[in-house]
Amino acid sequence: MSDKKWIILGLLIFMVLFLSPFLYNVLIKAGKAAPMAELVLTPKAKAAKECVMPTPYMRTEHMQLLDEWRLKVVRGAQRDFTNAQGKTFEMSLTNTCLDCHSNKAEFCDRCHNYASVRPYCWDCHLDNPQGEMK
Amino acid sequence: MNKFYLSSLLAVLVLALIAWVGAPALPWLFGIVVPYLAVLCFVVGVSRRVMGWSRSAVPFAIPTTGGQQKSFDWIKSNKIDNPSTKFAVVIRMALEILTFRSLFRNTRMRMTPEGRLAYNMEIFLWAGALAFHYAFLTTLIRHMRFFLEPVPWCIQLIENVDSFFRVEISYNPIQFGLPGIYMSGLVLLGAVIFLFLRRVLLSKVRYISLASDYFPLFLIMGIAFTGILMRYFNKVDLIAIKELTMNLVTFKALLSFKVPAGISPLFFIHLLFVSTLLAYFPFSKLMHMGGVFLSPTRNMTANTREVRHVNPWNYPVKVHTYAAYENEFREKMFEAGLPLEIMPEDSTAEEGKE
Repeated sequence: MSDKKWIILGLLIFMVLFLSPFLYNVLIKAGKAAPMAELVLTPKAKAAKECVMPTPYMRTEHMQLLDEWRLKVVRGAQRDFTNAQGKTFEMSLTNTCLDCHSNKAEFCDRCHNYASVRPYCWDCHLDNPQGEMK
Repeated sequence: MNKFYLSSLLAVLVLALIAWVGAPALPWLFGIVVPYLAVLCFVVGVSRRVMGWSRSAVPFAIPTTGGQQKSFDWIKSNKIDNPSTKFAVVIRMALEILTFRSLFRNTRMRMTPEGRLAYNMEIFLWAGALAFHYAFLTTLIRHMRFFLEPVPWCIQLIENVDSFFRVEISYNPIQFGLPGIYMSGLVLLGAVIFLFLRRVLLSKVRYISLASDYFPLFLIMGIAFTGILMRYFNKVDLIAIKELTMNLVTFKALLSFKVPAGISPLFFIHLLFVSTLLAYFPFSKLMHMGGVFLSPTRNMTANTREVRHVNPWNYPVKVHTYAAYENEFREKMFEAGLPLEIMPEDSTAEEGKE
């Protein structure tokens, strides 16, 4: 039947679209897909061993923590954050986070780009205050 | 209580439980083997179904018409609802597939207070279906960020448009919406819940609903719910998940059979739901995705008065026409005094001419 070729064509187009992630990565990229995002810790961050909270928590909840900090600083005028170990930090992206993680390009951006996330932190914040001062 | 939706709900809950309990023990099974099998099942199953349809005959021209057929020039015809050309059929199909016009025509019968029968427009099924399908499509497209590296600009564009409304609730300790809110996910969950409630609450729709109607609804509800949970409430390690998904699409997962550590069981529930949906797809009503293209009431040209549709099932019957019959028995019929179309002398004269 003459309709059969159109049905096969349609099925083929659908399957190419459905399998496009496989086809793109295997045929076009030929297995050269960019490797997993690797974080670079600055010597200062390495020496500190642990962030303000445990690493698994920071990995998944850092945006929440930063949001909480912003709320407390901007609305509540609180400046100090005390974690479970009793250590106290200043609630500041620029002064606390970026103090250790001064390498935004190799720390923040690696994962955010990998996961296609575009945080709006840098709409207001300087991304490297120490670099700016030099 | 209804056994159809209770059994479907139970099936989805059991699936969630299987992933919850099984994934930490056997991450390679739930993270690599099951998704691959599901994709294979989907591709082979959908191809087989569609190829089966392609072999089936179309015995009758049965386009449904919603307007005047093309006839005389002075009678205004409805070119799209009663398409007489292939081009008009393409337009009709595109409108059907992209805007669900046949759902838009849904009516509800009721008695007016005066006792007259009235058909009212009932667009809520159409609105719900439109919201559901487009939200699902958007969700599907923006999930490409987990399968492509680097993420192409067109996917990022869709993400940006999808998270256009920035809703942030930040009261200590309630926090919501810091990874930007994707409209599509919330609309998807809302629409699927609406379609479910419609099935359960309207007695006429409940009467015609089976477990195979409820199961995909619960499954998609579970997919949307776990997705929203992972994004806004019980956050997961996205980088580890993308490492797994990239390993899957580049087939590296088949070499090592290793699933990155630190992936929450919630993700495996989501993944098992999606795998189930893919594997279940070819055997279910969800095949309407392919079927809508092949529905003869929509995709046939309504030119039945211009072109004769020959049933391909017709057996090649040997016919004996009246002309041949008369040729065979002319002399005898003439002698019996039966009326003839051609008299014997005429027929010999004609034969002589030829």
